[in-house]
Amino acid sequence: MRKLLNALMTAVVALMAFTAVLALVLILVDLIAKGASSIDWAFFTKSPVPAGEAGGGVANAIVGTGIVVGMAGLIGLPIGIGAGLFLAEYGSGRLGFLVRFVADVLNGTPSIVIGIFAWTWMVKPVGRFSALAGSAALAILMIPMIARTTEEMVRLVPHSLREAALALGYPRWRTSLRVVARTALGGIVTGCLVGIARVAGETAPLLFTALGNLNFSTDVRHPMQTLSLQIYVYGTGPFEEWHRIAWAAALVLMALVLILAMVARWVTKQRYGRGR
Amino acid sequence: MAAGANVRLRLETVRLTALFDRTAAVREVSILFPAHTVTAIIGPSGCGKSTFLRCLNRMHELSEGGWVTGKVLLDEVDIYASDVNPIQLRRRIGMVFQRPTPFPTMSIYDNVAAGLRVNGRRPRGEMDESVERALRQAALWDEVKDRIQASALELSGGQQQRLCIARAIAPQPEILLLDEPTASLDPAGTQRIEELCHELKRLYTIVIVTHNLQQAARVSDYTAFFYMGRLIEVGRTSALFTKPQVEQTEQYITGRFG
Repeated sequence: MRKLLNALMTAVVALMAFTAVLALVLILVDLIAKGASSIDWAFFTKSPVPAGEAGGGVANAIVGTGIVVGMAGLIGLPIGIGAGLFLAEYGSGRLGFLVRFVADVLNGTPSIVIGIFAWTWMVKPVGRFSALAGSAALAILMIPMIARTTEEMVRLVPHSLREAALALGYPRWRTSLRVVARTALGGIVTGCLVGIARVAGETAPLLFTALGNLNFSTDVRHPMQTLSLQIYVYGTGPFEEWHRIAWAAALVLMALVLILAMVARWVTKQRYGRGR
Repeated sequence: MAAGANVRLRLETVRLTALFDRTAAVREVSILFPAHTVTAIIGPSGCGKSTFLRCLNRMHELSEGGWVTGKVLLDEVDIYASDVNPIQLRRRIGMVFQRPTPFPTMSIYDNVAAGLRVNGRRPRGEMDESVERALRQAALWDEVKDRIQASALELSGGQQQRLCIARAIAPQPEILLLDEPTASLDPAGTQRIEELCHELKRLYTIVIVTHNLQQAARVSDYTAFFYMGRLIEVGRTSALFTKPQVEQTEQYITGRFG
């Protein structure tokens, strides 16, 4: 009876684990089946052509994703990491509690709400959609995630290391940066990569900000295309050709996120695999 | 080292009391640590010996709620005076902890150099010399000279602890504080550290906290017995272990409590 119950429970959790993995596998299989055939060299190098014409690619969306997400990282990573360091090192008081609470709330805020917020502050006053506003929205999404991961990673550093540095006559800021943050670096980098991967696929906050652009553009003060926006527009559009491109763009986006996730794993291994 | 009138006084506490918020962990302790001697601090767990040690380089005040009253005189200057910078002070007093604490992201070389680098940049050659000297003094040089750039985590526990000693003495401090430095080491590692104490007292004044009475008897010139946050007795190690003046000391060293 005991053995039977054990076997049953094992089977149940195994089935659940299988279902979780199955979702990813199905998504990947579907994307490859419907999107892979549309991917060729032109897909990466050409901008879209007018509706109805054959050919064209998503070069503008790929470059746009890079710019929008890259700028979001430039804004979000320093602030997120800095906030995380603050929380871990000085976050025991009231202010720390407040920052942590706000970060948790912000973490749970629907991304579309953040999109509206960015629109109110960065699009409406200027009267123009812009990639910059999109980056700001993504940065706001990224900051609480990265702050909390950084805090967790820094807290994992043994207290004894901090004391050793202080006893050597390290000032506190230098202890935090040279010893504590450096020891936690692998974890922090992983957190950042995961954060970037998370926002790279965001669509909702970009709808009101970066808007999308059918032409190739690198001007951050104007609307810009991203892969996620392209998938949204093309996927809901009326043309068969557009659907085809949307699938392929989805596959590219998924591949980007997967690569980021794999790099994150690799970095983690590099830092923690050594010496132990 | 003969204790005579000409022994230059290095470190002295005057009615030192260490508190956590309102609770005193160390009460009114006055001890002299003559230069170039090893003083062992013994006593049962929780008697305040580690807290006392941490007052000597102002580490105690970094603990949650930690503060002190009384004085700690280093060459007759109170280290708790308002014009003393605790960060500068800690560079003059090396400390080694119970468990080895090498910086995991740094090489062996960089670990030893860490304490030198906070004192400002210096030429490469001079740095190399200082690192080698510290590693030699810590009796680790021969074991690591061929892999000086390897990760500090590749060393064994005993080697890591000697690395921490090298790191502590590289900036040539005046005082060396050892907080149960052999607590996590095997007998061989313990013996190496004890031998080191004998070597290093020529250069530094050493205060060692230990749980191990035999260790105190082996390495120290003076021994101080702490109980319940108070200094019960202090004297030459040979005298304290053979003819303790206070009954509590005798009970402790004969193993009747603690």
